[in-house]
Amino acid sequence: MTPAGADAGVDGGPSLTPPPSTGAEQPAAYEVLGLKEAEYRLICEQLGREPNGVELAMFSLLWSEHCAYKHSRKLLRRLPTEGERVVMGPGENAGAVDVGEGQAVAFKVESHNHPSAVEPFQGAATGVGGILRDVFALGARPIAILDSLRFGELDSVRSRHLLDGAVRGIGHYGNSIGVPTVGGEICFEAPYEHNCLVNAMCVGLARQDEMVRAAAAGVGNAVVLMGAATGRDGIGGASVLASAELGDGDEAKRPTVQIGDPFEESKLLECCLELLGKGLLVSLQDLGAAGLTSSASEMAAAGGVGIELDVARVPLREADMEPFEIMVSESQERMLAVVEPARVGEVIAVCEKWQTGAAEIGAVAGHGLVRVLRGEEVVGEMPVEALVDGCPLYDLEPAPTQEWIYGNRATLDAGASAAETLLALLAAPSVASKRWAFEQYDSIVGSRTARRPESADAAVLAIPEADTAIAIAIDGNGRRVACEPYAGTVEAVLECAQNLACAGAEPLGLTNCLNFGNPEKPVPAWQLDRSVQGLADACEALGVPVVGGNVSLYNEGPEGPIYPTPVVGMVGELPDPLLAAPSAFAAAGEAIALLGPFEPALEGSELAKQRGELDAGLPEPDVAAVAAACAAVRDAVRAGKLASAHDVSDGGLACALAECAIGAGLGCEVDLQHLRERGCSPEEALFGEGPGGFLISGEREKLEALAGDGVAVLYLGKVGGGAIEIAAGDRSLSLPLAAAEAAWRSLGERFETDS
Amino acid sequence: MKWGVLQFPGSCDERDALHACRLAGGEARLVWHESRDLDGLDAIVVPGGFSYGDYLRAGAIARFSPAMEAVAELAGGGGPVLGICNGFQVLCEANLLPGALLLNEQLRFTCRQVDLLAGDEVLSIPVKHGEGRYWAPEEMLDALEASGQVAFRYAPGQNPNGSARDIAGVRNEAGNVVGLMPHPEHAVDAMTGSTDGLRVFESIAGALA
Repeated sequence: MTPAGADAGVDGGPSLTPPPSTGAEQPAAYEVLGLKEAEYRLICEQLGREPNGVELAMFSLLWSEHCAYKHSRKLLRRLPTEGERVVMGPGENAGAVDVGEGQAVAFKVESHNHPSAVEPFQGAATGVGGILRDVFALGARPIAILDSLRFGELDSVRSRHLLDGAVRGIGHYGNSIGVPTVGGEICFEAPYEHNCLVNAMCVGLARQDEMVRAAAAGVGNAVVLMGAATGRDGIGGASVLASAELGDGDEAKRPTVQIGDPFEESKLLECCLELLGKGLLVSLQDLGAAGLTSSASEMAAAGGVGIELDVARVPLREADMEPFEIMVSESQERMLAVVEPARVGEVIAVCEKWQTGAAEIGAVAGHGLVRVLRGEEVVGEMPVEALVDGCPLYDLEPAPTQEWIYGNRATLDAGASAAETLLALLAAPSVASKRWAFEQYDSIVGSRTARRPESADAAVLAIPEADTAIAIAIDGNGRRVACEPYAGTVEAVLECAQNLACAGAEPLGLTNCLNFGNPEKPVPAWQLDRSVQGLADACEALGVPVVGGNVSLYNEGPEGPIYPTPVVGMVGELPDPLLAAPSAFAAAGEAIALLGPFEPALEGSELAKQRGELDAGLPEPDVAAVAAACAAVRDAVRAGKLASAHDVSDGGLACALAECAIGAGLGCEVDLQHLRERGCSPEEALFGEGPGGFLISGEREKLEALAGDGVAVLYLGKVGGGAIEIAAGDRSLSLPLAAAEAAWRSLGERFETDS
Repeated sequence: MKWGVLQFPGSCDERDALHACRLAGGEARLVWHESRDLDGLDAIVVPGGFSYGDYLRAGAIARFSPAMEAVAELAGGGGPVLGICNGFQVLCEANLLPGALLLNEQLRFTCRQVDLLAGDEVLSIPVKHGEGRYWAPEEMLDALEASGQVAFRYAPGQNPNGSARDIAGVRNEAGNVVGLMPHPEHAVDAMTGSTDGLRVFESIAGALA
């Protein structure tokens, strides 16, 4: 990206075309950088003059949607953020919760959507790299990665290219740095065709007394830049890529995608943890979007101080970089630390041990300014407050719609039998086993992984440091949120809670990534507004604090916005990792029951999608009833009363039964008559979706004894045989287990043969 | 019994290996890649990971480290050395073990539990690698089989990477240097899936006892 007039350089950066009054032929520099005229005027007002090129470049990034959350910050104030176990909440590099014995679990989910849509391998890889840095910036050792991915339909060449690149990129980075990728989800829906979603979540473990905040402190302290040298990669990523819609000519944006090097990050990670363990750092911040500009300004703002940086002291990969390029570069694998002057020598010695770069590039100052120097020359000087908090926050102008705006495409024959329908649902890429993807990830390094991908509803990791364990889930069904943003988002939170309950875990905290379309348009604005309300209400009702998150807006392609996709990551605690129930049935002869307030409906279901019958609207979820069911399942799992537990999700009860059977290599024989007494049709009983359903197995008396206190338990049948046999009136079906398994495991084969 | 586990920049599984050594009985400490000091150590583990980023070729840079020079000396004197995954690649690059590890046949990183045949034992141990396809010239493979140097094979039908003759691990002629692609250090606790990997560590400890 070359800002207009970048060849001039008297002030060390691009010279500026003054903002045109009206009807100018060339866009002004600020417009090229993504600022609106009113915002530019406000910058001039706050500076008392026009910004020079360096300053304009820095303002344009920090005032971008990506950094300033200018369309979402007001909404996010609705989220509950407090809880007994919260150690760090929103505003830090990541949130953290107390897990006892002086230990804390830190976690956060973040998007890297637009870079991945332009270059999936590096986009996804650096998405993982970025979220890892957020977590070890706190002083936490990363112990797990999860990913939530969305692509267009699998029959699209572009989607397969993006899927392949993103999965390889995640594996490349996570595997190489030695952090296990323990879970995640992948969904395929046409509205993500142009604008895929790549959300990465990292979970870390820290001693609370070694954790560090991002606030700069101590006037006169040194500012040390650690890690890789600074180059021209990723310049303008936050404003150009992350804060605008994708469209034609995205190939030309490739230079704004960063390039990752997990080896650099591995050394940087060990180096930072050693520095923090020795108490050598006052504060630490990663360099992510907007590079030095953002990390320096945010550290200064958080500490209520100023900061001086000399770009001439920044180690460069390319010698002739301009000051504005150095300040906005998004080169990966860099961290900024504040260090007491007397300790700088020790810090540099540790960096040398780890063969990672370190340079003292500035100092904390008392003047409340971000002052950028090149040697003696001042090339930019701005009040910290104007940079970080000066950006106007916008109210959305939402307009509700009761219309289904995303189109329909029927792929399933209307006359398909129940067995054919089940096969089609099991083979749907969003429902099918993701083994093809997760086998490309190291899920076991670190010796904590007690439940590997697809063996339980949540990933389970041992925390022997605190004699406990955690369970982690990540969920978000964009199609259902598109049907009804409020209910769909509540369901995403409930599904995480149900996944955790199956593992026997009690929720401790939640992180989220809100992936939406253009907030300046009325319908995406309405979706965002309703979705945040749903998130807030569900968290409030479940008593789960939101400890951090990320917002990704402007996710649109030429055909319109993506499905509104709030991705929810939840961390819970269980006393013993071995107690976590498997998803699959355990043994022939076990009883199978349905627990919870499950009221299956076809609205927003995978079946409605395949039939081309999607429409607006979802039933209202009963959060209190689902919470009661979660508690019952959690207690039963911890008491060892269940042989298996699996939540009923995509594809309904029939798919859940098939998944439990395939995982066990055992058939099942069930009758859905009792469920039909809740007023649902055979079709709804088989394939209807909705929150609140747990499929559990074990001894019949123990299962039925879980009923009570508003929790319903329906006995369905038994595990055994070589087929999935479901009695459901005129839609009864019998499907050989091998056929079901072949359909459910078809994703990898279809990917490899079609590509 | 004192174990040393090498630590290179980019090592990933060194802490897991330390843990496994201790479970197998004995003490264990990390050995920094720049150190030649193996004093008091009875056996060395070269762990998994991506030493020096696996740049150039997996294990190609690590073999030149000071610690590996010391390991070669120890191995020459009959000291036991176990290379796991990247460690196996390093030992092959260092010519302490025969053969080479190439990109997996399917050209993808693969992480899964496999059954390994070790003599008349069957061990359930995970693999996780992108460059684990064992290769050697046919005549060398014949010689390795004839001299009993094939230490581990993937069970029939479970070869995850296209390795020649299902070979998962080999030993040197003297029998004191062993390398394998699967990760026995990730099979030492029922909680994480298997305890069969302990047998690998115990057999080294047993040989020294």
